[in-house]
Amino acid sequence: MLEIRDLDAAYGDIRVLSGVTLSVGPGEIVALLGPNGAGKTTLLNSIAGLLRPRAGAIRFEGEDLGALHAHLIVERGLALVPEGRRLFGGMTVGENLELGAFAPRARPTKAAGFERVYGLFPDLYQRRRQLVRSLSGGQQQMVAVGRALMTNPRLLMLDEPSLGIAPRLVRSIMASLAEINRAGVAVFLVEQNVQAALGLAHRAYVLEAGRIAGHGAAADLLRDPHVRRAYLGPLAVRE
Amino acid sequence: MSILAQQLVLGLLIGGLYGLAAAGLSLVFGVLKVLNVAHGELIMLGGYAAFWTVALLGLDPFVSLLVVVPLSLLLGVGLYWGLFGFVVRADEETRIKNSLLIGFGLGLALHALAVLLWTADERSIVTPYGGSITLAGLSIPIVRLASLLIALALIGGLHLLLARWRWGKAIRATAEDWQAALLTGIDVRRAYLLAFAIGTGLAGAAGTLVSIGYSTSPSIGLEWTLKALIVVVLAGLGSMLGTFVGGLVLGVAEAASAAAFGGPYREVVGLVLFVVVLVVRPRGLFGR
Repeated sequence: MLEIRDLDAAYGDIRVLSGVTLSVGPGEIVALLGPNGAGKTTLLNSIAGLLRPRAGAIRFEGEDLGALHAHLIVERGLALVPEGRRLFGGMTVGENLELGAFAPRARPTKAAGFERVYGLFPDLYQRRRQLVRSLSGGQQQMVAVGRALMTNPRLLMLDEPSLGIAPRLVRSIMASLAEINRAGVAVFLVEQNVQAALGLAHRAYVLEAGRIAGHGAAADLLRDPHVRRAYLGPLAVRE
Repeated sequence: MSILAQQLVLGLLIGGLYGLAAAGLSLVFGVLKVLNVAHGELIMLGGYAAFWTVALLGLDPFVSLLVVVPLSLLLGVGLYWGLFGFVVRADEETRIKNSLLIGFGLGLALHALAVLLWTADERSIVTPYGGSITLAGLSIPIVRLASLLIALALIGGLHLLLARWRWGKAIRATAEDWQAALLTGIDVRRAYLLAFAIGTGLAGAAGTLVSIGYSTSPSIGLEWTLKALIVVVLAGLGSMLGTFVGGLVLGVAEAASAAAFGGPYREVVGLVLFVVVLVVRPRGLFGR
């Protein structure tokens, strides 16, 4: 579904990604792990069209995304929940969700989209008339996921959805991702919370210093000594 | 006392036009992050367009809005495609610098063009009706009162457009965070184009009302840009109704200082307000 081959990306002269190759299949949940500064956000922004890659190919369902503007990539069925949520704080929850259904592909499914989002996050229905900036971080993250879902995506990408959120809400968001996936949406998840990510994902890639340093089934990576040492802390190694 | 009150009423009346002039500048600045210092020249062009519409077609001065505003919208589309559309490709800091260069250049060119076409004479539209109504001992010129009400109606319409229309919401989203807007599938360049066209349309409307209630000449541009800029700083970005109120505040403050310290100080008060607001409340009275 999503095929990335030999992707290079840079900010100015600073090279961030080198030769990244990975894929996400239909219906899959794939996690991308890696330390801060490894280039995870850069990779997602390149796929979403916010950043033009230096070299390499990004194909989505066979189509090269390289030449498309970001809003047209949304139209193809690829949505990103960006790092830091990037909601429209001066607008209500309902308005934020409605804007998610702006693309032509999403307009016919707007009513169903609202139903789906409010079904996943009943809290948001109660707060649909509240300004987004008055919500807690966890609630805002739900709006961010909801806004992306409103675009009616076939592949949902998330950039650290658990960042700065209470553990209880992290579990609830991970559970909602599993539910979204059961409805047939593929998920590509960047996450610092490795335990949560590997608990959810089918497969995972490890990105270090801009290169793919490892990849495998999520269950295997959870047992991998290097992954455990690097991402699950010393306690996990001793265990 | 009644002289002061009379001055304040006149200040309020012109303040409505300050608000209308500022609304277009505020919209363009808030959405495109482009400071169009030729905004006053666009107001001047609107004034001439209205003058000639009335002179050549014999339309009622206020009805000329129906000609001038659509023409201004088209001019806005042309200016975006020809000039400002290139500026928004840069990052936001570069945009401000580049837009200042382009804006000053455009302003000078339009000024020169207006002198060439229409001479440097002042023109104003003569209305077939006139006079004043008297209210509590205050005399209120009917034409200026009508202009204030039209300005208020236009601002109200703009507010509704931004609140309810699909693309109005897209414009507000783009103003808040253009990258997030892209991620919801909004064609941000089109939101820019629409905002710029609407901003130019508002300038045309303001120019029409200026040449009806007051007068226009090729050199009024800079003055109106400054008034609009002061109001934008005073009111802050994000609320068109707030911008309108900011215009009223400036109009009344100018009138009060002219009454207190004499006419020459009228222009100073705006700049003082500008500095005070920047120091005390940088996001403006109504800014978000």
